[in-house]
Amino acid sequence: MLNYLWGFMIVLGITVGVLRGEIAAVSNATINSSKEAVSLCITMLGIMAMWTGIMQVAKKAGLVAAFTKAIRPVIRFLYPDIPKDHIVNEYIASNMIANILGLGWAATPMGLMAMKELRALNKNSEVASPDMCTLLIINISSLQLIPVNIIAYRSQYGSVNPAEIIGCGLIATVCSTFVGVVFSAIARRRVKRSMMKGSSR
Amino acid sequence: MRFLIYLSDYIIPFLFFYIVGMGLFSKQQVFDDFISGAKEGFKVVLDIMPTLIGLMVAIGIMRASGLLQIISGLLSPFTDKLHFPSEAVPLVIIKMFSSSAATSLLLDIFKEHGPDSFLGRLTSIILSSTETIFYTLAVYFMAAGVKKIRYTLIGCLLTTLTGVIVSTIVTRLVFG
Repeated sequence: MLNYLWGFMIVLGITVGVLRGEIAAVSNATINSSKEAVSLCITMLGIMAMWTGIMQVAKKAGLVAAFTKAIRPVIRFLYPDIPKDHIVNEYIASNMIANILGLGWAATPMGLMAMKELRALNKNSEVASPDMCTLLIINISSLQLIPVNIIAYRSQYGSVNPAEIIGCGLIATVCSTFVGVVFSAIARRRVKRSMMKGSSR
Repeated sequence: MRFLIYLSDYIIPFLFFYIVGMGLFSKQQVFDDFISGAKEGFKVVLDIMPTLIGLMVAIGIMRASGLLQIISGLLSPFTDKLHFPSEAVPLVIIKMFSSSAATSLLLDIFKEHGPDSFLGRLTSIILSSTETIFYTLAVYFMAAGVKKIRYTLIGCLLTTLTGVIVSTIVTRLVFG
C-alpha cells in the first residue's frame, strides 16, 4: 500500500513541478526535506527516550500492572462473551493500557496475541467474531492519553507551548472512544439476534 | 474551556511526580530504570527514521511543485461549506492509511502556518485522536486469519469521523 502511495507522491509531484516550472524548488525540497527529517528525529530522540524512560519507572514500580488489573471490569463490560478467566483478557488489558500510555509499539504485539487467542475462541472461522470487531474499533478510536510524538514535532517547529493541545486531544479521544464503545455494543446485539434467528430456523 | 489548557500544562509534571514518587515509595532504582527505558526509546526512533526521511522527501516534493496547493484548492469548495479547512483534508485521508505519511503532512503544515496557528493546533489535535485504520485492520485480521470483518470498518470510520468533528469543535472553542 505505502509503496504505491509513496511512488505516486514522487512521480506526480515531479511531473507537476516540471509543468509549473518549479523544478529548482523541487530539487531543493528533496535535499532539504531529508536533512529536516534527521533534525526532527534528534528532537524526537530526546522526548521519546524521556517518555519510555519514565514508563519503565512506572513499570518497575508496579503501576502498569496495577492499571492492567484495574481495567479488568471495563474489559468484562466490553467483551461479555469471553470466558472470565481466559488469558485473552490479560492480553486485551495490556493492549489497552499500552495504547493509553502512548506505547504503540508495545500495544501491537499484545493486540496480535489477543487476536490469535480470539481466533481459537472463534473456532478458526474466517468470519470475524464480535470480540475481534470490538478490539479493532476500540484500538482505532485512539486511547492515547498524551500524544508524545505530536508534542515533540510541535516543539521542533517552535511552538510556544507544545503541550497545550493535550486537553483538547483528550476530549476528542474520549468522544471517539465513546462512540466506538456504543457502536460495538449495538452491533454485537444485532449479530447475536440474527444468529439466534438463524439457529431456530 | 481554559481549564483544558491548564490540564495540558499540569498533566506531564503530575505524571512524573506520581510515577517517580511511587517508584521511590516501592524502593525501586528509579534512575537506573529510567536509563534502561530511555534506551528503548532510542531504538524506537531509529527504527522509524528511514520511513520518516522517505516520506518527508515525498511531501517536500509535493509541496514545492505546487501539487499540495492544487489538491487543497480542488477540495476547498466542499470543505468551506463544512467549515473545515481544506489544507487539513489530505491529512485526515492519509492518516487512515499511514501514520508516518500523515506526520509528514503535519510537519508541512507546521512549516507553512506554524504549530501555534489555528490550522497547526487543529491538525495536532486530529492526529492525536485518530489512528491508521487500514494498516491496523490488515495486520490484526491477518493474525486472526479472518477474511470477513463484519461491521468493523464502519465502526472504525465512525470513530475517526467523531474524532475529527470533535477536534474541530474543541479547537474552535478553546483556541478560536
